Amino acid sequence: MIVKMLSARGPFGRWLPETAAVAALLLFPSAFALIGGTADMADRILIWGIFGLGFDILFGFTGLLSFGQAAFFGSGGFMTAYVLIAGYTQSALVALAIGTVFAAILGGIIGALSLRRSGIYFAMLTLAFGEMFYFLDISPLKQFTGGENGLAGVPPTHIGIGSWFVELHTPESMYWVIAVLFLMGFWLARRIVNSSFGAVLLSIRENEERAGTLGHDIQKYKLTAFVIAAAYAGVAGSLFGLFQGYMPPDGFYLETSGQLVVQTIMGGAGTLVGPTVGALIWIYLRTALQQLPLVGPVWKMVLGIIFVLIVTLFRRGICGGIALLWRRMAGTRMASTRSVQVMAAATPADSAPRTRSSLSGKVILEAKDLTKRYGGLTAVDKVSFEVVEGEIRALIGPNGAGKTTFFNMLAGTIPPTSGEMFFRGERITSASSTAICQRGLVKSFQINQLFSGLTVWDNVRIPAIARIYGKFHPSMLRDAGGSGELNALIAQSLAAVHLSERAHTPARELAYGEKRRLEIGLALATKPSTLLLDEPTAGMSPSERQDTIRLLKSIAAGVTIVIVEHDMDVVFGLADRITVLFNGRKIADGTPDAIKADAGVRAAYLGNPVQR
Amino acid sequence: MNWSLLWAQLFNGLTLGALLVLVAMGLTIIFGALGVINFAHGAFYMIGAYAGYVGYNQTHSFIVAVTAGSVALLLVGVVIERGLIRYYYRRPHEDQILVTFGMGIVLVEAVRAWFGGISQRLPVPTWGTGAVNLGFLYYPTYRIEVLGIVAATLIVLYVVLYRTRLGLIVRAGIEDQLMVNILGINVTRTFLVVFGLGSMAAGFAGVINAPIVTVVPDMGTLVLVQSFVVVVIGGVGSFWGALVGGLIAGEIISLTAMVQPAYSEVMLFAAMALVLILRPQGLFGVQGR
Repeated sequence: MIVKMLSARGPFGRWLPETAAVAALLLFPSAFALIGGTADMADRILIWGIFGLGFDILFGFTGLLSFGQAAFFGSGGFMTAYVLIAGYTQSALVALAIGTVFAAILGGIIGALSLRRSGIYFAMLTLAFGEMFYFLDISPLKQFTGGENGLAGVPPTHIGIGSWFVELHTPESMYWVIAVLFLMGFWLARRIVNSSFGAVLLSIRENEERAGTLGHDIQKYKLTAFVIAAAYAGVAGSLFGLFQGYMPPDGFYLETSGQLVVQTIMGGAGTLVGPTVGALIWIYLRTALQQLPLVGPVWKMVLGIIFVLIVTLFRRGICGGIALLWRRMAGTRMASTRSVQVMAAATPADSAPRTRSSLSGKVILEAKDLTKRYGGLTAVDKVSFEVVEGEIRALIGPNGAGKTTFFNMLAGTIPPTSGEMFFRGERITSASSTAICQRGLVKSFQINQLFSGLTVWDNVRIPAIARIYGKFHPSMLRDAGGSGELNALIAQSLAAVHLSERAHTPARELAYGEKRRLEIGLALATKPSTLLLDEPTAGMSPSERQDTIRLLKSIAAGVTIVIVEHDMDVVFGLADRITVLFNGRKIADGTPDAIKADAGVRAAYLGNPVQR
Repeated sequence: MNWSLLWAQLFNGLTLGALLVLVAMGLTIIFGALGVINFAHGAFYMIGAYAGYVGYNQTHSFIVAVTAGSVALLLVGVVIERGLIRYYYRRPHEDQILVTFGMGIVLVEAVRAWFGGISQRLPVPTWGTGAVNLGFLYYPTYRIEVLGIVAATLIVLYVVLYRTRLGLIVRAGIEDQLMVNILGINVTRTFLVVFGLGSMAAGFAGVINAPIVTVVPDMGTLVLVQSFVVVVIGGVGSFWGALVGGLIAGEIISLTAMVQPAYSEVMLFAAMALVLILRPQGLFGVQGR
């Protein structure tokens, strides 16, 4: 009963995290005092918690591991301290806002540079740029930042509007200011991760490349996440300076970035509150360990060892572990009630038999002399072909004929060496896969490219968001579950690939055949006018193949299909026309009957042992 | 223009660059073969310097110091690879970064606990004292010797990388990791050897550099950051990238120091930003990796 009421759709569920946060923040000072914590420590924990909210959006949700967050923490802090000391404003709130905006702008610049590389390079670049800010701080900008001395004498001030204000003299009064800002930050972060914007961030963490081929402008999403994290860092840094009355150069230390990473991992990445819990552990243990006689001098080594152990054995961190337990307890019940909703939302898929009259005779997709060379090897050699709107075109050929390379060029995932491509009359030769997908041409992959950590429903949600909201939709405050149009498209796509009942199963738990269908479902949810299917039945059992042929026939009612396939039953059962590639060249093009009778095709497949 | 100052700074840049090349080479070899970027590499460099310091204090022989620094790091590398890193080959890159970063903290703090935070000195060896008259410049003998030592080490590394079976595997790994594994090469042993050698390069660089800088527990941080910049400028996994990138980095730092000391470090990052804008894969990097 309690579990049901507290579940995401229950009466308290919607605001449960915020309610819990308010309760925790109210109780925290007195509870923390019981174990020997001070108000000063509590303030620091919450400041690191705010810092961590932004970092978790960047790392926990988007998968971007930055070692340079100190740059924004320090910049925000110094800007806030500077405008107060220099007397540009007396209001702490205005100063804080200035510091935050400043940090966000720097985040935009550093993000744009660092995001030119991904993965490990990104981590290295952010670390390097973080150090750059440290050197800027201590040397060229010394007259503004005080160099190694930092900025002392941030005026004791008060925060508030009009006659309502709080004096910022003591850690105790400061606590409530920080707590309110933490709460606002938490609320905002939760809105962000639960919005369609947040869904796309998750898909980037799970499978960046696929999110791009499904029509999302990945770079813009990543940069936005980076700026958000920088803004949070700016708020935290500003509070840090205000709270101490002093902004030290430590704000820019690599240690600051490192401590943030360590705390986030300890507390649990991808949980939003994880970094705060991590900060609690770090700051409390630091104080406690320092008081012990033998361990005191090596407190940081002890925390380092704990960190290594957590990364190795308990990567989810504390909150991640708790969340997993919670889901296991509450999960089954929720899934059963929600799959009914999915079924109800799904309109029956168009199962009307395909009619020849849908063939308009208009060319929808055209390749002219498309060529791809890898060094001396020509994988695809001047292949031209035209696909007519509404037809099912099969692309066949022995292994190594260049089918997949040809497909990847059409879908924009690899650039052609020469030649041209047109889709619906527009040139798409140098367009990105994202742009091509947005125009209605999408590919499903030979090897499943799913968002394994997300549920089936959330998988399909990613392409649906791209179709309905476009390639970049930074609306972060609207709940992604809110839009009827979006949900209808998801439900329809799931129904079309017969996965409605599995909607709330994580993709990685699906059976192989189901994963294949989800792979097609992802492409379908972009509402393509032309679908490129790369061996949709690869690895399937004969009965699964039959099901898939039926499935493809029902899909084909409104969509042009180009299919690469090895199984000749599938090819001749489906295709209106067939194009044959051999050694990178097109050797035949025609109706199934014509292809069956073609001597060249037969030689390519059966004869000529020299060439095989 | 003060010509002897310019020459001195050019040579300073060369020595600094040569050491960065050595550190970055270790980083890039490990990355190339194992796919792991070692965030503890700066700590390895620092431990090399400390091991050299201990070795020298016991024997007053610089050769023993260099041997101690190199062997210590070979051992540290082997122990850490067997004890920790090998469990990470199949885990995501982020986890590898996190665990090596954590290792780095533990190593730095262990050294701090053992030796204290105050700086130590390793004196210049007897055969390296004084200065040499190059005609246009009097330059410290030891720094010129460092250039020779590093050049010799790089030649050895080049031979290992381009003339031995191990080097072939490492270079193949840089091209295509998966394929090397599929080919049934004994990767376990190769990984161990490469990680050990890469660590040794860092330790060696640490001792060689110790007489020029002060030996403190945090000395590795700046070197780690600078070697990252070298790798980004030169391109990851490239011998020539690390070489050219390191020398460029050294010269940028010391030539800027001559003109505008406040900007000497910052300018290096500006150069990195420039490379990122104009040629994101690095000067010798291959697109898409």
